[in-house]
Amino acid sequence: MKKILLSSIILIIGIVFIGRLSYLQIFSFSPDQVLEDPAIKAIYDYPERGYIYDRNGKLLVGNDPAYDVMVIPREVKPLDTLMFCNLIGLDKDTFIKKLKKARVYSPRLPSVLVPQLSKEDYAKLQEKMRHFEGFYIQKRSLRYYDTKSAANVLGYISEVNERDLAENPYYVQGELKGRTGVEKTYEDTLRGKKGVQYIQKDRFNRDIGPYKDGALDTPPEQGKEISITIDKDLQEYGELLMNGKRGGIVAIEPSSGEILSMISGPTYDPSLLVGRKRSKNYTKLYNDSIANPTWDRTLLAEPSPGSPFKTLNALIALQEGAITPDTKIMCYHGFYVGKTKRGCHCGGGLRDLHVGIYKSCNAYFAGAFRKIYDKFDTTDEAMDVWEKHMRSFGLGGYLGSDLHTGRPGRIPSKEYYDKWYGDNRWSSSYIISNSIGQGEIAVTPIQMANMTAAIANRGYYYTPHILKKVNGKDITIPRFTEMKHTTIDRKHFEPVIDGMADVYHKGTARWLQIPDIEIAGKTGTVENFTIIDGVKTQLTDHSLFVAFAPVINPKIAIAVYIENGYFGSRYAGHIASLMIEKYIKGEITRKDLEKRMLDKTLDHEYAKPYSGEEFKINEYVW
Amino acid sequence: MSGKSILKRLDWLSITIYVALVGIGWINIYSSTFTDTDPSIFNFASLHGKQLFFFGVSIVTIIIILALEANFFERFSSLFYVISMVLLLGLFVFGKTIAGATSWYNLGFFNLQPSEIAKVATALALAKYLSDIQTDIKRKKDQIFAVGIILLPALLIIPQPDPGSALVFFALMFVIFREGLPLYYLVIGLLTILVFITTLMFGTIWIVIFLGLVIALFFLLKKKTFKVPVFPLTIIIAATILFSLSVNFVFNNVFEQRHRDRFGLWLRLEKDPQKLDQIRKTIGYNTYQSEKAIESGGFFGKGFLEGTRTKGDFVPEQHTDYIFSTVGEEWGFIGTATVILLFTILFLRLVYLAERQKNPFARMYGYGVISILFIHYFINIGMVIGVLPTIGIPLPFFSYGGSGLLFFTILLFIFLKLDSNRLKEGN
Repeated sequence: MKKILLSSIILIIGIVFIGRLSYLQIFSFSPDQVLEDPAIKAIYDYPERGYIYDRNGKLLVGNDPAYDVMVIPREVKPLDTLMFCNLIGLDKDTFIKKLKKARVYSPRLPSVLVPQLSKEDYAKLQEKMRHFEGFYIQKRSLRYYDTKSAANVLGYISEVNERDLAENPYYVQGELKGRTGVEKTYEDTLRGKKGVQYIQKDRFNRDIGPYKDGALDTPPEQGKEISITIDKDLQEYGELLMNGKRGGIVAIEPSSGEILSMISGPTYDPSLLVGRKRSKNYTKLYNDSIANPTWDRTLLAEPSPGSPFKTLNALIALQEGAITPDTKIMCYHGFYVGKTKRGCHCGGGLRDLHVGIYKSCNAYFAGAFRKIYDKFDTTDEAMDVWEKHMRSFGLGGYLGSDLHTGRPGRIPSKEYYDKWYGDNRWSSSYIISNSIGQGEIAVTPIQMANMTAAIANRGYYYTPHILKKVNGKDITIPRFTEMKHTTIDRKHFEPVIDGMADVYHKGTARWLQIPDIEIAGKTGTVENFTIIDGVKTQLTDHSLFVAFAPVINPKIAIAVYIENGYFGSRYAGHIASLMIEKYIKGEITRKDLEKRMLDKTLDHEYAKPYSGEEFKINEYVW
Repeated sequence: MSGKSILKRLDWLSITIYVALVGIGWINIYSSTFTDTDPSIFNFASLHGKQLFFFGVSIVTIIIILALEANFFERFSSLFYVISMVLLLGLFVFGKTIAGATSWYNLGFFNLQPSEIAKVATALALAKYLSDIQTDIKRKKDQIFAVGIILLPALLIIPQPDPGSALVFFALMFVIFREGLPLYYLVIGLLTILVFITTLMFGTIWIVIFLGLVIALFFLLKKKTFKVPVFPLTIIIAATILFSLSVNFVFNNVFEQRHRDRFGLWLRLEKDPQKLDQIRKTIGYNTYQSEKAIESGGFFGKGFLEGTRTKGDFVPEQHTDYIFSTVGEEWGFIGTATVILLFTILFLRLVYLAERQKNPFARMYGYGVISILFIHYFINIGMVIGVLPTIGIPLPFFSYGGSGLLFFTILLFIFLKLDSNRLKEGN
């Protein structure tokens, strides 16, 4: 025993050591540890972020150089603090505090002392910089906006956070990433790919040469420039018209699905979210929970569509053979649901489809809606057919566009009502409000514009999209270039479009006709409610309008939604008319109309719910 | 005795491994102190140059040792021991302090560490005492005297403070065990360590539960005729529990925070993985870096002078105590396994050589040599690869350090000289 004791221990320890070493070097080892290795530092070479142009090649977003004053605390020599503080625009206390903070972070590594100097400050500082050892200026690139508009479309970029880092290994702390809008959707395209150079470091973090003579290094890949489908002039004009109004305007080119403009009101100057004041401005915008300027109403608002929805019900009734264009329905200045009378503004009398549309007769569409349901044996069956038709217009679900956000809206299904009323305990009269686009229907402005484009095309649409060109080449993304057909036959569109054209000739929008342009449109006036102090309170109606022009070969389909704008023919109708003229003619002939829209605001309406007093709605102030 | 005959009688296997270890060690010192600006090998201002110089000194010393009479060491061993103890005592007055430890004499051209001399002298003195005809290791008095020979230098070294070097002397207990000290001392020692660790990891309550289970099992399985030694058993149990309780007390009240942290890290007492990771990167920084360096070497290593962590000086003290991490990073598993294998073969060979000695002094000294080399190897590599807590002692033949290399060489070659002489003096 005593003779083999030591030998045994020697052998056992040898085996333990070999075991531990094989665990470390064979099982724990992973060959791609380069980035974890503290001795290897990756130095990145950032390519310039791609420019963004409008559909006509006008610049929307470019880049601007910015200059950060950097400091390496260890290398700072005694300096004329007062002079330096004057040059960089800091007071002495802040300067000393910042320097201390940088030293705490690391005496050897550079820290940002003053971020994003203006060009003027940079010019002043540059020539004196050599007097101040340990300080230097680092050039960076910031987004530059060549427009004060389209903040909601373009989006903004900001530094990546912990979650981004966890989700995508590409990003490194301090890098920028698109947060909303096009900057987000086309982040990869615009960003390009950073180049990387591996440097061998010692433990004091000093460079001691390229790692493996640069065998693993990669060059940067340039960010691509893109053109978006927005028409810069139309977008800017639309935002002027939205002065003091809340709501959304979406204009689409029906023949391509390209979004010509997407205006959300109120909005903000995109350059607010660039540079030193970004975070302050963002907090201010984001915390404005009343006007909500960062909430893109074109994509996220889900109002009931109101009367424009009647056109779709008409199309379905025609398609299902429930009515013909000549079917007549009586309007008693309203219609009856059981014993309750629901009102109508059309003037009353015997209505056919044509008059029903241009006079927006509620009774006619309630009748037509009932006729659809009467065609079928069960309400369930009718509901399925109706829902299928509605969905074929891109309603009740996400559009699948390339916008960074969106809402599905709502086209209720039979399950929806089964849940509400119980199976087989409801019928068409329960849901009669759907016939005039109220009730449970919810549609986002972009869905409204898309549905209008489908009518303009007489039965098909292209998925709305924002990307037009990448590096000057037109996109060929199938989901945007393939036609989406609705379930309505082409022939049924003409009588409906005739009615919509007469909205401008003799209907609700007869004062909004544009000389020499044949327009088809439909007004909408939508009841809406809010909750004030726990009480459901009705507010002034939303003003809605959908239109397309010209009637033959349409170039633009537009939906305008103005919160609490009252009649559809007022704010929304005016704006739609002006937008169409602006886009097709390039100039406005009806200056009085234009002036009215530029000047009039709805601030008095928006103040009402917060006044704390009783207020009247739907007043005839105009 | 002719020069030719002694060359024939030397154990060339041991010498070959010695040369191989010193050679591999030097290559890694070169790599871990390498800078592009100074690639020359024979620059004696550089650390690898100095080490090369001391290898030369070692070869001269080897020749001197081999030329001396074999019984020279046995005869003067007591004198050596006394001189080395005086040198250790002298440190309290004349010592030079480096890195907080007063362990060196400044001799101008180099610093002499008397604890290195004491290792050789104590191994010699212990062998001398145990091989004396009048010594009987079964006697309590002689046992205490033998342990005293080991304890004296250790007690002189602890206050320097250099607990690592002091610990080395306890390895000489192997010599006493080999010569007949009852093995239950060793068993008791090992059990003490086991109770210490178990208490820290699981708490006293588990010790009590475990003891209860053992006793229950013992009573269940015992033969009816067996008379239970109630009194000694009670004493043992009480002592164990008392010790376990005192471990808690000592750990929490006597140990300093840095000691607690080292143990906490070693035994993974911190259960929160994030905090543990934090401790690993701060208190366990050295071990963390050396483990990472070894791990990053993989199976084949990064190649000579290609170790990024070595080049970047990420592992502190890499050319001295942490030299093995350079092997790991640049030569991979192949390199580390080779070094472990070489050491193991060397130790086993030395055990074989010691056991074939007819002269008890030579055998006992041989065991002393193996014990001292082995404890260095065990603690050093154990620390570098993260299985033992941080205790700073060098890796024999490997670590940078002139006097270290010289005295490990002396330690080994005195034994090889004795071995070459075994047939001649055999009686």
